Amino acid sequence: MNGNKQMELSGSEILIRSLLCEGVNTIFGYPGGQIIPVFDTLYDYRSELHHVLMRHEQGAVHAAQGYARASGEVGVCLVTSGPGATNVITGVGDAMLDSTPVVVIAGQVGAAMLGTDAFQEIDVVGITQPITKWAYQIRRAEDIAWAVARAFYIARSGRPGPVVLDFTKNAQVQQAPFVYEPCRFIRSYLPVPELNERAADEAAALIDAAQRPLALVGQGVVLAHAEEELKEFLQKADIPAASTLLGLSALPSDFPLNKGFLGMHGNVAPNMKTNEADVIVAVGLRFDDRLTGNLQHYARQAKIIHLDIDPSEIGKNVPVTVPVLADAKTSLKALTQRIRENKHTEWIRSFDVYELIEQERVIRKELYPEGEALTMGEVVRRVSEATGNDALLVTDVGQNQMMAARYFRYSRSRSIVTSGGLGTMGFGIPAALGAKLAVPARTVCLFCGDGGFQMTMQELGTIMQEGIGVKMILLDNQYLGMVRQWQELFYHERYSFTAMQNPDFQAVAKAYGIAGRTVGRRDELDNAIADMLKDDRPYLLVVNVENKGNVYPMVPAGAAITDILMG
Amino acid sequence: MEHNNMASKNRNVNPAPASSGAPEGITLYTITVFSENTVGVLNQVTIIFTRRGINIETLSVSPSALNGIHKFTITAFTTRDMIEKVVQQIDKRVDILKAYYNTDEDLVFEEIALYKVSTAKLLELGSIEALIRKYDIRILELSDSSVVFQKTGHYEETQQLFDELQASIGVLQFIRSGRVAITKSKVERLSDMLDSIEARQLKEMKNVK
Repeated sequence: MNGNKQMELSGSEILIRSLLCEGVNTIFGYPGGQIIPVFDTLYDYRSELHHVLMRHEQGAVHAAQGYARASGEVGVCLVTSGPGATNVITGVGDAMLDSTPVVVIAGQVGAAMLGTDAFQEIDVVGITQPITKWAYQIRRAEDIAWAVARAFYIARSGRPGPVVLDFTKNAQVQQAPFVYEPCRFIRSYLPVPELNERAADEAAALIDAAQRPLALVGQGVVLAHAEEELKEFLQKADIPAASTLLGLSALPSDFPLNKGFLGMHGNVAPNMKTNEADVIVAVGLRFDDRLTGNLQHYARQAKIIHLDIDPSEIGKNVPVTVPVLADAKTSLKALTQRIRENKHTEWIRSFDVYELIEQERVIRKELYPEGEALTMGEVVRRVSEATGNDALLVTDVGQNQMMAARYFRYSRSRSIVTSGGLGTMGFGIPAALGAKLAVPARTVCLFCGDGGFQMTMQELGTIMQEGIGVKMILLDNQYLGMVRQWQELFYHERYSFTAMQNPDFQAVAKAYGIAGRTVGRRDELDNAIADMLKDDRPYLLVVNVENKGNVYPMVPAGAAITDILMG
Repeated sequence: MEHNNMASKNRNVNPAPASSGAPEGITLYTITVFSENTVGVLNQVTIIFTRRGINIETLSVSPSALNGIHKFTITAFTTRDMIEKVVQQIDKRVDILKAYYNTDEDLVFEEIALYKVSTAKLLELGSIEALIRKYDIRILELSDSSVVFQKTGHYEETQQLFDELQASIGVLQFIRSGRVAITKSKVERLSDMLDSIEARQLKEMKNVK
């Protein structure tokens, strides 16, 4: 503002140019009254900014989440005020719990009308403050570039998360000078704590002394791009590892020290071994109750080393012996430097017996069932293998999610996009299309149940309009399967409102011009999968699976992590 | 939050969380928060208490010694385990510079109370010198109808005067502030914090160049 007369732009144009300055090339949105000026500007920027018109704002935010999770970039979502904003709340909460970098821009009534209950006015900042890293109302065009810069910095730095910008209409139409300065520092915000050398020394000493060490791998490894550092650490110390739901693809499935999936429906061996290990190294995870089961009986014998970027996670659920605060890349490197080479052959071999038990009592039945009906697990495994175990997995929530997490196999990182913390049914379809747009060269396979599919199946319209080549596998058991499973096991088989009469899903897909096939027999499955994967077009494979299949193993809610039901 | 213009005789001690077995010692904690002075910070702080079901006993917010930084002093009854988690979660918010907690032993603290009593009834007491000396009362306002006393002190002290006045001549109006507190330790935490922020900022600048 010093003397030189700068070119003034409208607030809407400042917003769009600011997004471009942040490297955004795709946004997911839905227009409405209080955001029309931005959409009007967007019309001039169609060649630089790909706006994906969704069919519902919930779809827009989940697509932005899928985009962010698949690419590691910030997902961007643009909606109108009032119902447009409230419709994104589920996705914002989901992104908060799963540490997903998303920036939501919502229209808002003009600043002069704030607080008057104007048409489509809602207190967006008030509603979203508890479920965002930052929520800010832009009331003046002068503040837009600053707010966008800050929003992207906050969303992607440190432990990522959602940011909401509540963008008043007057600020969209006012003129202001445009200068873009990326945000690199906020004095009240320390995104990555500095590694404490002494803590790293202590942790290394514990690891060196351990007889029965176990590593738990969380999404923090993926977020910090620390996959290689993790492998080096595990190999040097010869530590077996297992993963949370969101951490699943951080290690390839066939990595020798990878002992699988932790938690309620996880693998038997790592869950049992959690309560036998003498030292546990938890990397970038938050000891969620679906991971730990009853905390009174969780790893009480172990010394716990917790590597995390977020100080508020230390001791939140599980008492920690040595916290190492830093991003996982830094902390793992520091530990690998300090530890000695080691061998834990006998300890690692002791996992085998539990793996064998699980193989015998659960996996074989699921993958090679004796009955005629197809099981969810076998469908997942066949699809995974047909993609060379190299596809990106997206799931909805429920049995389909747990079966997919258990039986899909991963060869590279960022290969699972799923709603972990919030457990949002309906996440699947929009997240899958967002993921596919982020990594178009990859095969994206969505596993979905008949319940979750119908929660957001309007997004088939988006898939049609954009021609997004997602491969949707609908595991249809005509039940809200996970709840039905709980009703069977814990509520005396009282199937209260979990049976569903479903539409002809192929007819629905056909209405949207999406190819597909429905199968119910084992001998048709491979052929249908091949048909689905033969090109890069969207496809709906409906598989009629057994109606009352259950996900095992299962640690009932509130039970110890070693109290495992095997079916 | 409580505190209307009537003083409650006994402070409302929060019940222990029902789920977590034997209630650990519940103590009055004083939480100090330094924040940026932006719209909505108070909500960001209080929702963290709300989420954990912790009742805020007193709350006082004002500009700190440093331009643009506000200081919150909050008191709440809870357990040490809980307050640690709450403070961490407050500290984590982007607009919060620093949050920490103390118990009474670590602090010098004070509350201020105002009492309005009837002039006529006060005069009926005869000499009020003893009362004023005993409680170190300041008289802020005097009219034909009423007198306004001010007393500073700990909760128990301002409460004792309230009880005595209420029992003798009655109290027309009463108000008590939230607690303000500073730590007894020599090193000022605020200056510590600002030093480290400055160091970080310099480092960050270097990284950019």
